[in-house]
Amino acid sequence: MAKLLYDKTGRLLFTREMKEEYTILLPMMAKIHFNILKNVFVHYGYKVVLLETEGPEIAQVGLKYVHNDTCYPALLVIGQFIHALQSGKYDVNKTALMITQTGGGCRASNYIHLLRKALVKSGFEQVPVISLNLSGLEKNSGFHMTIPMIRRLAAGLIYGDMLMSLDNQVKPYEISKGDSAALIQKWTQKLTDILAGGHGFRRKEIAQILNEIAEDYAKIPIKKVPKIKVGIVGEIYVKYSSLGNNNLEQFLYEQGCEVNMPGMMGFMMFKIDNRLEDYKLYGGNKMKYVIVEKLLNYLKELEQMVIGSQMQYGFTPITKYEHTKSLVKGVVGYGSKMGEGWLLTGEMLELVESGFENIVCTQPFGCLPNHINGKGMIRQIKQKNSKANIVAIDYDPGAPRVNQENRIKLMLAVAREELNNQAKQPEKKPVTVKVRTVTK
Amino acid sequence: MVQEKGCVGMVRVGLDIGSTTVKCVVLDEKNKILYKTYERHYSQITEKISELLKRVKEQVKNAGDAVIAMSGSAGMGIADACGIDFIQEVYATRVAANTFIPNTDVVIELGGEDAKILFLSGGMEVRMNGSCAGGTGAFIDQMATLLNVPIEQLNDLAEQHEKTYTIASRCGVFAKTDIQPLLNQGAKKTDIAASIFMAVVNQTIAGLAQGREIKGNIVYLGGPLTFIPQLCKGFDKALKTTGICPENSLYYVALGAALCAEKGADLDTAISKVEVYRGTGNFAFNKPLFGNQKELDEFRTRHAKATVKKGDLKNFTGNVFLGIDAGSTTVKGVAIAEDNTLLYSEYLSNSGNPVPIVKSFLEHIYAINPNVKITSSAVTGYGEEIIKNAFGIDDGIVETVAHLTAAKSFMPDVEFVIDIGGQDIKCFKIRGGVIDNIFLNEACSSGCGSFLQTFANALGYSSEEFSKLGLLAKQPVDLGSRCTVFMNSSVKQAQKDGATIEDISAGLCLSVVKNALYKVIRVASPRELGQKIVVQGGTFLNDAVLRAFEQEMGTNVIRPEISGLMGAYGAALYAKSKKNTKSAVLTCAQLADFVHEIKSVNCGGCSNNCRLTVNTFSDGRKFIAGNRCEKPVTKKSPDESFNIYQYKLKLLKEYTPKQGKRGRIGIPLGLNLFELLPFWYTFLTELDFEVITSPFSNRKLYLHGQQTIPSDTVCFPAKLMHGHVQWLLDNGITNIFYPCMSYNFDESLGDNHYNCPVVAYYPEVIYSYAKDIEGVKLFHEFVGIHRPKDFPKKIYEELKNYFDGITLKEVRSAAKAAYAEYESYLQKIRDYGDDIIRRAEEQGKQIIVLAGRPYHADPEINHGIDKLITSFDVAIVSEDVVSCKVHQKIHTDVLNQWTYHSRMYAAAEYVSKHDNMNLVQLVSFGCGVDAITTDEVRAILEHHGKIYTQIKIDEITNLGAVKIRLRSLLATVRQ
Repeated sequence: MAKLLYDKTGRLLFTREMKEEYTILLPMMAKIHFNILKNVFVHYGYKVVLLETEGPEIAQVGLKYVHNDTCYPALLVIGQFIHALQSGKYDVNKTALMITQTGGGCRASNYIHLLRKALVKSGFEQVPVISLNLSGLEKNSGFHMTIPMIRRLAAGLIYGDMLMSLDNQVKPYEISKGDSAALIQKWTQKLTDILAGGHGFRRKEIAQILNEIAEDYAKIPIKKVPKIKVGIVGEIYVKYSSLGNNNLEQFLYEQGCEVNMPGMMGFMMFKIDNRLEDYKLYGGNKMKYVIVEKLLNYLKELEQMVIGSQMQYGFTPITKYEHTKSLVKGVVGYGSKMGEGWLLTGEMLELVESGFENIVCTQPFGCLPNHINGKGMIRQIKQKNSKANIVAIDYDPGAPRVNQENRIKLMLAVAREELNNQAKQPEKKPVTVKVRTVTK
Repeated sequence: MVQEKGCVGMVRVGLDIGSTTVKCVVLDEKNKILYKTYERHYSQITEKISELLKRVKEQVKNAGDAVIAMSGSAGMGIADACGIDFIQEVYATRVAANTFIPNTDVVIELGGEDAKILFLSGGMEVRMNGSCAGGTGAFIDQMATLLNVPIEQLNDLAEQHEKTYTIASRCGVFAKTDIQPLLNQGAKKTDIAASIFMAVVNQTIAGLAQGREIKGNIVYLGGPLTFIPQLCKGFDKALKTTGICPENSLYYVALGAALCAEKGADLDTAISKVEVYRGTGNFAFNKPLFGNQKELDEFRTRHAKATVKKGDLKNFTGNVFLGIDAGSTTVKGVAIAEDNTLLYSEYLSNSGNPVPIVKSFLEHIYAINPNVKITSSAVTGYGEEIIKNAFGIDDGIVETVAHLTAAKSFMPDVEFVIDIGGQDIKCFKIRGGVIDNIFLNEACSSGCGSFLQTFANALGYSSEEFSKLGLLAKQPVDLGSRCTVFMNSSVKQAQKDGATIEDISAGLCLSVVKNALYKVIRVASPRELGQKIVVQGGTFLNDAVLRAFEQEMGTNVIRPEISGLMGAYGAALYAKSKKNTKSAVLTCAQLADFVHEIKSVNCGGCSNNCRLTVNTFSDGRKFIAGNRCEKPVTKKSPDESFNIYQYKLKLLKEYTPKQGKRGRIGIPLGLNLFELLPFWYTFLTELDFEVITSPFSNRKLYLHGQQTIPSDTVCFPAKLMHGHVQWLLDNGITNIFYPCMSYNFDESLGDNHYNCPVVAYYPEVIYSYAKDIEGVKLFHEFVGIHRPKDFPKKIYEELKNYFDGITLKEVRSAAKAAYAEYESYLQKIRDYGDDIIRRAEEQGKQIIVLAGRPYHADPEINHGIDKLITSFDVAIVSEDVVSCKVHQKIHTDVLNQWTYHSRMYAAAEYVSKHDNMNLVQLVSFGCGVDAITTDEVRAILEHHGKIYTQIKIDEITNLGAVKIRLRSLLATVRQ
């Protein structure tokens, strides 16, 4: 059995032997994305399990082992891990955990430390934690981030964004219920094989796969009827995680809405771009700037591929990162980088601009950056466009779901009225009933 | 109630199912009200709805073909399940207001658990309270209970008020902690009633206006505003307007629902559907408290063993020792004999003023035994000072010490004591016979007795009956641990899902325990608490709570039979240990003449401006309460030579404006600018600006800015920034300097040197509302003072966009001066701090490192806690005085990346190596970052065997809890 080794500060390391023997648990966030991304690790020879557990026990376990005032995502992620370790499903002497680590000024950068504290408290000191980061923090002999791995992860994100975006556009209008979900399943399986097999990350491959996905989606018969268009923005975990947001996307779908969730690639680009902005604002190392800029440009290239495929097959393309960024100018500064930073404001502006005037802005209760870039900016967004109809929802273990849904329903009631008003003025905005038929 | 029978045409039925009441209206096709009713539902929601609908059917003609819609927070699930349209209640209000009062600009509506503001004209917006239910009907109910008066009387009381006190307007729980000490100090109920309404008004405005001005034709709706005219007046006053509370103001939601009703529903079908509506039966539950009666009996037998010897006070001739615990909601008194025999005890509700209750307690003692030989007496609890003064009680003792003394008499080697009272949770670890670590609830009282009581009463039970129900519950509802107000919605949800009253009772008891364990004490397992646990306090008299505690911790504990009296019993034991020969307590005759008068005045001795309550007793003795320092009592200014917080203020005051050719520029003195004032003042003065600084904060300044606060859950220091900027604007300053700073100075104490997100980016929030004010220029660019080399050039590039004619050369030289001044300012503080430490050591004084953020030195933020501490004859230095003595980054188990927090870790490290020092950490409520730092600072201190003390500060000015903490800390340190 692998020996437990520690570094100078007392951190338990993930060793090469562990790579052979251990199963790595991953926390769930965005279902579509993470189910694809995990395969990158499979390709590199890791045994990984993506935790799909849900239910109120997870928050309860989190509350038990994490400071109760800590943000909700930390409670849930750590709760999910410890809940899994306690479940008896995994050999706790042969299990490791993986968690992302950012170095930002938001308290989220402390998740990994809180996780380790919680492991000690719950009696799982022997379980190593692997930090997934791009900054070279916390090295482990059994786990390395390499350039090819980063490229594969980036590809995985792009596929996830593509599937999510198309699913959002098609699902509310599909004639035969379940068509879109079936495609997600089909492509998750296909991409599992491709990525686990080490393929699907080169530009050419990506372009081709994206086209195939778009083509598949274009075949789904749909009937366009006017629906309330709702955008979801917010702190990244509660935005994407159904565990965190009480299944918000599904709730909105059941209320008859078309949902738009800006993709994860935008957030990645934002985080990378921050380094460039730091350089511009405060000065720094020019060499680093050039390298980081290269990485950002690479991601922009991938983003363009998604846009290209979507347009080619008649879908509304995702909004370019650069465009979202340009909307923020004069509203909030590019130096506002902690958490979702200005991107949160930008996404709201972008959604309003593209017709998703109704927005749910999700954040953990007491999320500091969102005081500024979420709630703090709603006023300005409304001034720019009076139709903006934004509701900010706080998520935490103490906030009952009924109250959240009641507030969302208020936003929806206003949205529905607006939709009806539009319908009453057909000369302005005709109610289009567009039926796409299967074309072979 | 039937108004017009025999009407023809289509009728519309609107139902509004609120958190406590059901409203129903029936409209005809001309929107005339045919029928209306407003009734409490006592959580029997479906029964009530079907009853109402049946009545409608009977009494309104054509009701059979009505269209019907439902609204209200409690109606959501039922409407869906019964196929009735659901209309969101705020939306319904809006529809009704637009129909019945077409010229309305703003609607303010308060309900049981909701507060809403609707802006109808000029860009429609609807706001409702988010995750905080402070300032709603439930809150007013709670306050009325606390004052022990019916709601209607609250209105009459408020009408007669003379002055108002500041009561935290965020949360009912906070307000309680404000009101309780006021009551204990003898403030008048009339003034408190008015203050409560003012708090509701402020909460609604601060929480919901979010920067938008409330003006025009204002309409007040909902229960509280209908029944409490004084509340409307409060809004009128705050908004400088006269709003109207229209006819049918209770029914607007129901009216709106009726107006929105489209779907015809055969009333009979609707009624039958509602009648058969049962919850899904799907609710999370815990395992039962007891599997069967046998387990319960065993449990009771086990706990029956922890008893005290009892005697009879009547005819008792030996020495008698009195102990009184004047707690937050109850007063407990005991009389014991030399051998600790309990001779007499009383456990009474406080009813808002402990003085008459203690008086009657003493009277009873004298009545039972006119020849009683009272040898010594002691008092503890919130009312300690006033009781001690009023009745000549010999000694006062800190609550924690009182409880420990009592616990030891049951278990001499006790390791952990947990006391859950009406509103407080007090727990402490004991090491070597002395208190080692204290946990008090400060932000939340949801784990306390009053919480259970509130629910029991709401469901129509007494606390005793209610808690007994839960003992044999099959499926205790899993309610988690959460705020009282939201627990309400969870309980209602569970009821809708089919949970029985038994399950709910048990579930609430469990949640009390969970709150205490995971929120207050923060334990994960009993190992952390030790093996020998004594539980006490009135709440543990409840067997269900006791069992839940044992179950959750997986260990058996001792609950003394006199669990509810432990504080008083401990005080009596303490009195006995004093070995007095004759007590000074008022005699029977003196008691007969006892008079107690209360007057309240403003101190005005310093900027804290304490509201003093002057109590005058029969013999002319006076007792002043509400003061932070000794000034109003001794008439002398307190000695500030051991208080670095006062020194910091003094230094900052020296940065006075100097005329400059570039005109005036304002600096809001808050958050990071508090410490950076020397830097920016010098920088801008050198650039030839006349630098105007906003003053140290005060209540008025805060209220001036509160309309523009966009997030009600941001920390208090951030909220204050709105007041500071408003102050500058009010004083005609149109150029305001408030730059964004992601990074602070790197003091080499951590892995990075960030500011927290709020400090870093708050200028963006200020900018988003200030930018629309004509003629105002707000410099809010990102600057990097952490890179002195790049700083001049970078800031020059931004400055030149704001001000003409500034040259890079000027900026360079101004920057140089600014860095130098900042260094010199810090050096002055360090030098003075060293001086305090040296003098304290010479005089053998304890030193407390009062660690927080630099802006915690603002008197409105720390509420004069610094003065309170020095009044205990200890010296205070701040974290930056000692952190600079640690020259390297210390090892922490968390990411150490914020400059201000790195100082705290370093200070903790330094303190833990110095015997004469202790650390008290100030934490702003709502500070997410401090959820991390508090645990880590605690870990550093405890690792070295030091006691960790934390004080949460917010808008609240309740110093009672702070005093308990500090006195307990000092009591331990001095032992």
